[in-house]
This record gives sequence, C-alpha cells and structure tokens, in this order.
Amino acid sequence: MFGKLTTGDIVQDPLTLIVVIGMIGGAIAVVAGLTYFKKWGYLWREWLTSVDHKKIGIMYIVFSLVMLLRGFADGIMMRTQQAMAIGESQGFMDAHHFDQIFSAHGTIMIIFVAMPFLFGLMNLVIPQQIGARDVAFPLLNNISLWLTTAGGALMMISLALGEFSNTGWTGLAPLFGLEYNPYVGVDYWMWSFQLAGIGSTLGGVNFIVTILKMRAPGMKLMKMPIFTWTSFTANVLVVLTFPVITIALLMLTMDRYLGMHFFTNDLGGNMMQWNNLFWMWGHPEVYIVVLPSFGVFSEVVAAFSKKRIFGYTSLVYATGVIMFLSALVWLHHFYTMANNPSVNVFFSITTMAIAIPTGVKIFNWLFTMYKGKISFATPMYWTMGFLVLFVLGGMTGVLLSIPPADFMVHNSAFLVAHFHNTLIPGALFGYLAGFSYWFPKAMGFRLNEKWGKLSFWGWAVGFVLAFMPLYATGFMGMPRRLAHLNNPDWTPYMYIALVGACIIGLGIFAMLVQLFLSVKDRKKNMDVTGDSWGYGRTLEWHTSSPPADYNFAIIPTVKEIDDFNRMKEEGIAFKQPEKYFPIVMPKNRPHGAIIGVLTIVFGFAMVWHIWWLAIVSFVGIIGTVVAIGFDDDSEYVIPAEEVKRIEDERFAKIREAMAQKTNNE
Amino acid sequence: MLKKSSLISLVRGVGLIALTFFLSGCEKFIVFNSKGPIGQKEAQLIIIAFVLMLIVVIPVFIMVFLFAWKYRASNKELDYKPEWVDSKKVEMVVWSIPIAIILVLGTLSWIYTHKLDPYKPLKHDLPALQVQVISTDWNWIFIYPEENIATINELIIQADRPVSFKLTSSTVMTSMFIPQLGHQMYAMAGMQTQLNLLAEEPGIYQGLNIEYSGTGYHTMHFKAIAKTADEFNAWLAEAKQSPDVLNRAKYDEISGQRIMNYPITTYSSVEPNLFLDVMAPYMEWMGHVGVHPEDYLESQGHSGHGHHHHAAPDMNHDSHSDHDMTHEDHSGHDMHTMDTDTLNINK
Repeated sequence: MFGKLTTGDIVQDPLTLIVVIGMIGGAIAVVAGLTYFKKWGYLWREWLTSVDHKKIGIMYIVFSLVMLLRGFADGIMMRTQQAMAIGESQGFMDAHHFDQIFSAHGTIMIIFVAMPFLFGLMNLVIPQQIGARDVAFPLLNNISLWLTTAGGALMMISLALGEFSNTGWTGLAPLFGLEYNPYVGVDYWMWSFQLAGIGSTLGGVNFIVTILKMRAPGMKLMKMPIFTWTSFTANVLVVLTFPVITIALLMLTMDRYLGMHFFTNDLGGNMMQWNNLFWMWGHPEVYIVVLPSFGVFSEVVAAFSKKRIFGYTSLVYATGVIMFLSALVWLHHFYTMANNPSVNVFFSITTMAIAIPTGVKIFNWLFTMYKGKISFATPMYWTMGFLVLFVLGGMTGVLLSIPPADFMVHNSAFLVAHFHNTLIPGALFGYLAGFSYWFPKAMGFRLNEKWGKLSFWGWAVGFVLAFMPLYATGFMGMPRRLAHLNNPDWTPYMYIALVGACIIGLGIFAMLVQLFLSVKDRKKNMDVTGDSWGYGRTLEWHTSSPPADYNFAIIPTVKEIDDFNRMKEEGIAFKQPEKYFPIVMPKNRPHGAIIGVLTIVFGFAMVWHIWWLAIVSFVGIIGTVVAIGFDDDSEYVIPAEEVKRIEDERFAKIREAMAQKTNNE
Repeated sequence: MLKKSSLISLVRGVGLIALTFFLSGCEKFIVFNSKGPIGQKEAQLIIIAFVLMLIVVIPVFIMVFLFAWKYRASNKELDYKPEWVDSKKVEMVVWSIPIAIILVLGTLSWIYTHKLDPYKPLKHDLPALQVQVISTDWNWIFIYPEENIATINELIIQADRPVSFKLTSSTVMTSMFIPQLGHQMYAMAGMQTQLNLLAEEPGIYQGLNIEYSGTGYHTMHFKAIAKTADEFNAWLAEAKQSPDVLNRAKYDEISGQRIMNYPITTYSSVEPNLFLDVMAPYMEWMGHVGVHPEDYLESQGHSGHGHHHHAAPDMNHDSHSDHDMTHEDHSGHDMHTMDTDTLNINK
C-alpha cells in the first residue's frame, strides 16, 4: 500500500525534527489564516491559476526567496560544522547528515533559488520590455511555475520523510547508484531535480517564442533591451541543454528502478559518462543563471548613469559569444579524469576565451558610467558590488581553466570559493539588483532604500569574509565537502568564514526588515507615473505600476534602443491616447495547479515505490494535459470602455502627481 | 569623517597586519610550499597567470571607484555627456587587451598541460618506484609490486626518486592528492589511471582523497613520508619482517565492509596480481571471463588504442613511448566513448 514507506522513515534526528515541526506549524498557520479570512477563493482565482506573467513572476520570486532561506540555513550549518569539527570534536552533526546538507544546499541554491528567481524576473519584465501583453503560451507559463514548485515541495518533504541525497548537487557516479545508495535520498534529489528541470525547459521554449514573435512593431532584434537579449541567450541555452540533464537523470532512473547499468561500475556502466552528461548541462547552466543577471546590471547601470548603455552592439555580440562558448567548456570540470592533455588543453582554451567577452562586458558597464550622472540607489549598489567582486571570481576562474593549475586546487575549498565568487556577485547580486529595481513596477510602491543598502553591505562584507578564507585554505590543501577537519591550520579560517556567513545572515535579515517597512509605508512611497525611478529608459516603465492586466492599452511603436527614454525626450511619454480598442487576454485556468499537485504526488510515489499511486497520478497528469486540448474557453475580451475607464483613472493620477510636482518646484 | 592622514595610517596598519599574518603562515600554504618539481611548476604557473590577469583587473578596480566618484550626480563640475555611447577606440582596446592576455595564457596552458601531463614519466637517473594504489571505502592501499610489500593508509617513498603510481578504486570514484608534491588523479573502479610524482627532499607530506566518496570520505587522509635512500632501504628490510600479509582474504576484509581509519599496517607480502584482480570483476561484461587483466593489457599494449577508457582498463591516455605520435593520431577521438575497433580486437 505504501511501498517502501513505513513509520520508521519519519525523521528521528532532533534538529531536523524541530525544523519539520516548525514547518508544519507554519503551514497550519497559513491554512488557518486563509480559512479565517476566507481568502482561499481569492488565492485560487487570482494567483494559483493565474496565467498573468506578472503574477507568475511574483510567485516565482516569492518561492525563490523562501527557498533562499532554507538554502542559507544549510549554508550556515555547514560553516558551523566546519568551524567546530576538528580533532576530537565531531561537531554538532554526523558525517552522513553533513553530506545531505551540502547536497541539499547546492541543489536548492541552483535549482530552487537561482532558476525560479531568474524566471521570475524574466516573467515580470520581458513582456513589458518588448511591448507585449503576455508571454506566448500563458498556460504553459503557469505549468512551468507549478513544475518548479512541485520539485521544491518534494525537496522539502525529504526533510520529514526519509533523507536527502548525499552525492552533492551534481550527483556522483557511481556513488549514487543502488549499490552504494539503496535508500531514498538519491531518489528525492533525482525527482525534484527532474521535475523542476522539465519546468525550466518549458519556460525556455516559452520565452524564446515570446521574444522572437511578440515584440512590439519596430523593435528589431538590435533594438531590444539588453536584459531581453541576455535572457534570450540564456533561454537558448536552457532549451539546448536541459534536455541533456533530463535524459541523464532518466538514465539514472533506469539504473535505480529497472536494474540497468548506465552509470554503475559493472556490466558496461560508465561513471565518466555521467560527468560528461551532467556538465554538458551543468556548465551552460552557470551561464543560464549568470547571463540574465548581466542583463539586469546593464539595465541598472544605464538607468542610474542616465546614459544609454555603452557599446550596445558589442555588448550584444559579447553575450552571443558567451552563449556559444559556454556550451564548449564542460570538460574543465574533470581535467583530473586522466584525459589526454590535448583534450584538456582544448577545453582550457575555450574556457579562457570566455573571459574575453566577459571582460568586454565589464568595460562596457564601466564606460556607461563614464561621462554619466550616477545616482547611487540600491540597485546601483548591487551593481558596483558586482563589478568589484565578480572580477576576482573571474580571475580565479581563468586560473582554474589551466589544467596543471586545476590539478592543484580541483575539488578543494578554493573551488568552493571560486564558484561562490561567481554565483553570489555574478548571479545573486544581479537578481537582487533586479528585485529592488523592478519591485516598484511589480507592486506599485518603492522599497525602503536605507534597509536595502544595509542588506547590500551585509551580503558584500559577509561574502568577502565567508569566501576569501576558503581561497586560502584551498591553497592549504583543504578539500571541499569535508564533514570533519584533520588539519588545525584550517580552523582559524573556518572561524572567519563562519563570521562572514553570519554577516550574510544579517544582510538577509535587513532584506526582510526592508520588505516589512516598505509594505508598512507603502502609501508614502506610491509610484504613480509608472516610471518608478524617474530614469527608466525601456518600455517596462511605460506601463502603470503595477501594470494593468493588459500592460499596454495601446501597443507602442518602437523607433530606437531605449524607446521609452526617447518618448520622454519627445514629451509624449505620458500623453493619453485618444481612442481605445477592445483587448483579448488569456483566461486563468486550473490546469497548471492540478498538474502541479499531481506532480508532487507522482514524485513522492516514485521515491517510495508506491506504484499504484504513481500510476494514478501519472494518468491524472496526462489526462489534464489532454483536457487542455479540449478546453477552448481560454480567452476573454476587455471592452474598449473598460480599458478607457482604467486608463482615465491612471492618467488622472499622473496629471495630479505632475501638478503637485510643479507646485513643489 | 575620517581625516585623510588617519585613513592612510589605517590602511597601512591593516596592510602590515595582513602581511605579517601571510608571511608567518606562509609555509602553511602548502600548494606554494612545494617539495616536488611538478608542484613547483604548477605553483609557478598559478602565480604567472595571476599576475597576467592583474593587467586587466587592476584597471577595472581603479575605474570602478574613479568613475563612480567622478561622475556622481552630486558632483558640481560634472562632465555629463549622455550622447557618448560609442567609441571605436575604446572598443578596440577593451577587446584587444583581453584577447592578448588570453593568447599568452592559452599558449602557457598549451605548453604546461603537455609538459606537466601526469602520465609523463619524470626524467631521472634512478628508475621510478612503482606503487599501485587501491582506494577502498574508506582506506588507501599502497602496493609495491617490485618489492612485493604493501601498506595501508601510509605511503612511504624515497626522496629524490620518481614515483610512478597506478591507481584504481575498489568502489566509487576517488582522487589521490599529495598537495606538496603535485597534481591529483582520479581513481576509478575497473580502470587504471597513472600519476608520476617526485619528492625532492625527505619529509612528511599530507596526502588525501579530494573527491567525495561517501560517509567515510573525511577520514581518507594519509601521510606520504619521503625517506632518504638509506632510510628507505632500511624500511624495506623492516617491512619484509612484518608478520602481516596482504592476501586475498585480508584484502576482502579491508575492502568488503565499510571501515574508516583502518590502522596503519605494513604487509610483508602481497597476493600476486592483486591490483589487477581488483579491476577484473568490472571487466567481465566484455566477455573477458577468465581472461586475466594482465593478458588483456598486454594484448592492448602498443596497439595505440589505449584511449578508450572502458574497453581498455589501462587509461593509458597516450602510450608515452611514442608520445608525440599518439597525440596527433588520436587527437580526434580520445573522448570517453567506446570504439568499435577496440572491441574488434577483443573478438
């Protein structure tokens, strides 16, 4: 009836138990609150079944921030353990627990923080930046969101029932095979990764089509905003490489469920093939998460320097070169696997070559600031922090690209420092810059600047303290993923790193305070014009904040790069059109939510070998997909009068605000 | 506000402390305190690459702060030129300098990757000491085939004499690394990888597994002890007196169950061909039941098809006897794929 699942599988470890009880308590509180305030209907109609790209974007980001808290908790536990576990002391957890935590930390941060955050930002911004009313496939967009959260939910369930994988976020062949890992940990990792990955592939398809087919008239490819460009290249990589990991994980599934031998030691299994397949996805994945972030920095640096991005064309080409090269470097993750030196050196040179377009980008951002008029708002803080810190990460990356140098630091703490040095300033700072930059657009009010800047300092200072010591211990021969240290020379550095992690914690705390205060003071910080910062250059600032369901009452005709800036210069940005037309919009539909819930059930049933439930839920998923085909009631029309009413209201507010501004001056 | 002079003295103070800290701890940075020619060259390479990259990195740092200061909106004498968004001259510089640096680094990488190929035997007057390494869950077995002795969790080598390692794993993937001597190398079940190192002076060096391999991973460190020639010979003689022998039963006991921190032991004799026997079970699928890996390796020997990792358990990624030739011959297909022509040989 319940497959492998017995009451003995409920987590025993007291520490985890407290977390689980807290989580269940939180869930009960949410359910009770929703019931008490009678908000279930609202939540279902307006959010869970929504096909509105803006709401989907917000849900992605909320999910990502929740998972960030979990991932960070894992991080600080690892730092504490490594600071404590030296010599006689075993720290506060055993090795098996520690191994699950580093595996969960990596999986969460990449799959359930970075991916949803970037899809959240793309959802929020891209349709508006290209002058569209929604994405190409709105229901598919909702399904993507649900598949990602289903993966995340499965991941959280592993805390309470069974255990999580101990083979790292990358998986390790043949360690993750049935022979060495018979319990459910690897299955949890495999299924949550797989389900979220399918969501990402669908999201990638959606955005490629959206960007290619739904741009406003006049917006040629070489007039697209840089964020749209970098997101486009990232989505090309998503569609090219996610199928590789999907198949690789499927092969592992067959190994573990059907007794096959793709990655086992015996019967022709090839552990090296896993490394190949994983990193064929894994390395482009790094650029999938970093490229959109580069796009955010490009938007932010131009807006706050009040100047068009320097060298637009070369920036676009640099992005393209990065996209192309990123698919040709995967072998640098295993130079030490006894490859022929000629093979190693090929991948060494392609890897180094990525530094060229990346360097060009950095100079383009710097020369955007040059002869600009820079305002240092929170998004600009993140950008400056990125420029300074990311360069270090790039430098150590080039170092690692040289095989003989890599032989000395591969899989050491140095490597840990390196990829955190690229992913925290490179990806996360970008997302947080985008978060503070576009928050007023999405929510209609600005964020508290003081606490936003404090959050930046927490992250930046904490990052330096947490990861620079790891560069040092890497040179002292310290491996990564170490549950217990055997060399007392490393310990002082572990203390510094722990302090750094705590300061990052303060940064996260400052962000929560910032959100709380901003919501509290929202009336004071309303954004009336839609051009929240006053420096907006691209089309997303042309809509109201938050935008109407249809974004643009009249689709704009684009003439230039940074077309909204042109409209402002010509004085037509806030001119109300004379005539409105009816607008056709996609309807909210329940299919995504149904698929999402069934997917959680399916994943859970597969993990625990509850075959009947797996079959039922799988048939349910397929049935729902088929049902979509029969559901023709997918659109509704907003009449022209309704559009006019909404727009009249908006322009009345704008006029009022402008009059007030003139009075004040 | 801090005064300028006090700011300078603050920076000086912090710098001084950092410098003392660095210098006092310098020998702890064992990657830069190498006792072997391989490690020294690798450390050198790291420093050269680092300095080369500073050519780009330092200007970036200066420009970030300079531009941020000079073009701040509150600057009264602001030189604001929003129309300055393109410059062929600047573009030339920002593309060509990184390209130039990467050309230099790429050349360095090309030269050193070939020069420091872990498979390449080290030139020396003395013949290399042969050591076969088996990683188990979670211990290291070192077999000295020529001396017919073995140790567990401690590696004894002779200083100033090359060591030629052959590695395999009895279970999962591991990576043997002695940071002060030079590069690491993966060990994989059913396959043999190679590594050549040399310790220039006697000493005790840290050795470890640096590829996560399960619950006992953190215990997989060992001492690599380099002895003078006399001491080494004395140790060999002493090892021969050890009451322990590494026969098949003993090996099964060590590798069969998952043990951490197996006590350091020296064995006075070793089951013949133990190293190859460890690999054998994983090759049976190829139809080699009954064919001993040794014969198999021989049949592969100089056929030049040693690239195909799985079909040929010797990951002899190029047979170094004809070094340059194999590199060119096989540059096209040394990925980890099985190749039909290798299989044909086995028929």
